[in-house]
Amino acid sequence: MSAFRIASLKRQLLPWLAPAVIVLAWQLAAAEGWLNSRVLPSPWHVLEAGWTLAASGELARHLWVSFVRAGIGFAIGASLGLALGLISGLSRLGETLLDTTLQMLRNIPPLAILPLVILWFGIDETAKLFLVAFGTLFPVYLNTWHGIRTLDPGLVEMARSYGLRGWPLFRHVILPGALPSIMVGVRYALGIAWIILIVAETLAANSGIGYLASNAREFLQTDIVVLSILLYALLGKGVDISVRLLERRLLAWHPALQTAL
Amino acid sequence: MKPDDRPLDKDIRLSNVDRRFGQRQVLQAINLHIPQGQFVAIVGRSGCGKSTLLRLLAGLDRADGGQLHAPGAARTRLMFQDSRLLPWKTVLQNVALGLPADSIAQALDALREVGLEERAHEWPSRLSGGQRQRVALARALVHQPQLLLLDEPLGALDALTRLEMQALIESLWLSHGGTAVLVTHDVSEAVTLADRVILLENGKVAVDLPVDLPRQRNSSHPDFVRLEHYLLQRVLQGPLAGETPAPAPERDIEFARLHWAL
Repeated sequence: MSAFRIASLKRQLLPWLAPAVIVLAWQLAAAEGWLNSRVLPSPWHVLEAGWTLAASGELARHLWVSFVRAGIGFAIGASLGLALGLISGLSRLGETLLDTTLQMLRNIPPLAILPLVILWFGIDETAKLFLVAFGTLFPVYLNTWHGIRTLDPGLVEMARSYGLRGWPLFRHVILPGALPSIMVGVRYALGIAWIILIVAETLAANSGIGYLASNAREFLQTDIVVLSILLYALLGKGVDISVRLLERRLLAWHPALQTAL
Repeated sequence: MKPDDRPLDKDIRLSNVDRRFGQRQVLQAINLHIPQGQFVAIVGRSGCGKSTLLRLLAGLDRADGGQLHAPGAARTRLMFQDSRLLPWKTVLQNVALGLPADSIAQALDALREVGLEERAHEWPSRLSGGQRQRVALARALVHQPQLLLLDEPLGALDALTRLEMQALIESLWLSHGGTAVLVTHDVSEAVTLADRVILLENGKVAVDLPVDLPRQRNSSHPDFVRLEHYLLQRVLQGPLAGETPAPAPERDIEFARLHWAL
């Protein structure tokens, strides 16, 4: 095993040191009786609860439901945000027509419209999808617009003098140039999607991780509550890793992404 | 006033061409005839209108008055001071920009000419400034342009790289043919490369001087030194350009155009 491989192994494992230490300390505190299990169950109990739920298939079902909700809601919101961002980024008229309205809507916290959404859609799927889409639209919209407007005009001028117009200009110059900014919007929107989904599922759902947690609260099952929280942390990290991999592929040319793999 | 293209006349002709930015007269009644195949250098102080003239020839800007006859955008290629390579395309893809999809071999040939064939599949950010300009030169020449416009293409390079690039530009121009117009404020560069040096002062042609030295010019040859010295003195004698800084209209104009263009 070469020094290089040891170094790279170290780089991969080191970020997990802090979480591992926290879990160990927590287990120790619970085992020594410093922590009341009504307040915070030991990691071992949480793991056991997870195992039981997983064995019954309950866990997979809730996970899947939450995952699908976040995915569909995000897909709707991000596509709309991208489309609107392109329209208002590429045309002055589009910006005049759209931007003021979107900036006003953007300042409404998505959860502020939760009561209204529940009145409209009940605790139906539509309500959750609507909220997630509403929350993810704006970061993608803003960053798409910003990415197009901060494009180097020199590159556009060059491309036009090389005969690129319309679709080829968009495909070869404008879209790739705006992509780093769009990806920032996507990552941010994914974070928001989870937050909104958790709250929405906690308040108005009969399935999903948020429901699992709020239901467990009713029956004082702290181990399941903690399990749900941990699941959100892991899911969030998982999504972030996949977006980062996507970024590496799409933005392989970017000098900032060419270091550290 | 738009550069049109009469196929029979490949010369460039400007008669009484004017260009104003607001109150400022940037080009005044420019009369110029550039025969096909000539290498012309335009020198002058900052703000004398030389870049504006180049942009008119490129069709990137319109004259306010007069007649301009140039080969037209499709047969003109422009090389800028910054290479303007697309960072998200490989070196080869950059050279092939605007070519039909099946012209990769052609692009590779152009890269070979500038000596960067082995860097074809790298990102532009991996290249040095001089190498990027060589790629930009290959990208311009792959179209076999009738008119090659060079807007201070070597201005940002170090002295040694600049000398190498001058030799490369000269040899590629000799082998490709075509008209070349170089804007520079380096008088020595102008005398090294051009058949003819034009000095612009306050938007007017102040000097129009043929350079009759044999090529592969030696910058220490007495004739070269005399010519260079004369031109430099002439540039320095000239009035300073107006107090107002040279306008940089391209950003705003292009920015506005981009959004209407799609």
